[in-house]
Amino acid sequence: MANIITDETIEYVGILAKLELSEEEKEQAKKDMGSMLDYIDKLGELDTAGVEPMSHVFPVNNVFREDVVTNGDDRENILKNAPEEKDGMFVVPRTFD
Amino acid sequence: MEKQYETVIGLEVHVELATKTKIFCGCSTAFGGAPNTHTCPVCTGMPGSLPVLNKQVLEYAVAVGLATNCDITKYCKFDRKNYFYPDNPQNYQISQLYLPVCRNGKVEIETEAGKKFIGIHEIHMEEDAGKLVHDEWEDCSLVDFNRSGVPLIEIVSEPDMRSAKEVIAYLEKLRMTIQYLGASDCKMQEGSMRADVNLSVREVGAKEFGTRTEMKNLNSFKAIARAIEGERERQIDLLESGEKVIQETRRWDDNKGESYAMRSKEDAQDYRYFPDPDLVPIVLSDEFLDEIRAKQPEFREEKMVRYKEEFDIPDYDIEIITGTKHMTDIFEAAVALGAQPKKVSNWLMGETLRLLKENDMEPEDIRFSPENLAKLIALTDSKSINGSVAKEVFEEMFKNDVDPEKYVEEKGLKTVNDEGALRRTVEDVIANNPQSVEDYRNGKEKAIGFLVGQTMKAMKGKADPGMVNRILKELL
Repeated sequence: MANIITDETIEYVGILAKLELSEEEKEQAKKDMGSMLDYIDKLGELDTAGVEPMSHVFPVNNVFREDVVTNGDDRENILKNAPEEKDGMFVVPRTFD
Repeated sequence: MEKQYETVIGLEVHVELATKTKIFCGCSTAFGGAPNTHTCPVCTGMPGSLPVLNKQVLEYAVAVGLATNCDITKYCKFDRKNYFYPDNPQNYQISQLYLPVCRNGKVEIETEAGKKFIGIHEIHMEEDAGKLVHDEWEDCSLVDFNRSGVPLIEIVSEPDMRSAKEVIAYLEKLRMTIQYLGASDCKMQEGSMRADVNLSVREVGAKEFGTRTEMKNLNSFKAIARAIEGERERQIDLLESGEKVIQETRRWDDNKGESYAMRSKEDAQDYRYFPDPDLVPIVLSDEFLDEIRAKQPEFREEKMVRYKEEFDIPDYDIEIITGTKHMTDIFEAAVALGAQPKKVSNWLMGETLRLLKENDMEPEDIRFSPENLAKLIALTDSKSINGSVAKEVFEEMFKNDVDPEKYVEEKGLKTVNDEGALRRTVEDVIANNPQSVEDYRNGKEKAIGFLVGQTMKAMKGKADPGMVNRILKELL
């Protein structure tokens, strides 16, 4: 494997993804990420000079909707997704700015 | 010699667009609905839901870009900005990083040293987050997603401003332009226009920028001016005492008049932007841009020139009236209904401004219709009501937008034009006030004022003071 993922990197990626990994999982993730990056490197071997980066597979552009209200009050259903609700709102852990 | 410092300021301005629906779903953007009643799977980030761009958002963003002399990006895309926060249900915000819709613009502002251009780095479209409410009783927070997905544009300036005055002038300019376009009401107090201030100081003549801080939570022009002064001093004090400015985000507390650090660069977030695969690219044709261009309104500068040519009103009046879109709308509509421009202007400049100030309101909050203002002016023109009654009616109009014709009718405020009745009243007043009559005849001109007042009182204010004056002089 050409790409070696350091402990710091896996720690950092874990923080970004809000994942707590066990030591075992960390080792496995390091290997997985390394082989993924190896694969990406393979793509890097191609000459892509002059090729526009592509973000969509199909040549579809300009999909719009008109500015018309189509949704009504669906709070009851939406709140079914809340782990807990109070006063018509989603309850989350206390959060400060 | 004491060191001289220069302040360098750049602004990030968020503007909530005046669309009826959210940026990516058909939920209403109406303000003040009960919590979560304007939500759906898209704006609450449910898996599998798909966003579709509101065309009006694109049109507003392009219109603002054209009005601020930007290059429009003809191939633009949306990107995901990844971060975790409870008000952000998708765990990413849909925004634009790589190909923002507008770039390289500039607007002209007036400064004490003359005209100056402020560069606009870019304008991008994005979605607003939900609102967090902190529960006072239990150890939790509550989320209302009504605001989640409300369309925003973020206007990022170049670091071209050097003082609080320039910042205010730039913000006024943006606000006016966007209001004239009808793209937003730009009310800072209500959060439909929000500004973050990036500020650094450097010694006068220095080539490099100093380390900057970003200040948030500024919700009035006054707070912005105070925060800029406060931050400038804080940074200079640090440098003077040999310390360093730390690059960080600070929160301004306008009550205390000071800021405190929110987060520093060390734990700055890594947003891992990438193109949003759920939203297809936007390709803007020349025809589309021409259409938007053709729809651009008459902006303030053009309006000021035209008013000067067309209407006989003072420059100062023109400046105040064109200073808010809402005022120009009322002015123009009332004039179109046949009211004399000078009279419309007088009502706006006099009673309207007085009542706005008294009630701590902004010109945008004016509720009376131009139709009713034109009717009121017609009532005074025809001498159906006198000046003081007109002011009384206007106060009612200002409060409740009453129809002045109906109001005058219902309250019986019409001027009594029956000369016989008026003559009889004047005769009574003369008979009952011999002292004043004698004073007047002995050359005390002022005494007539008292007699006019007594007559008006007897007529319950519903007489034409000019007529009262004439009859009094005749009988005396």
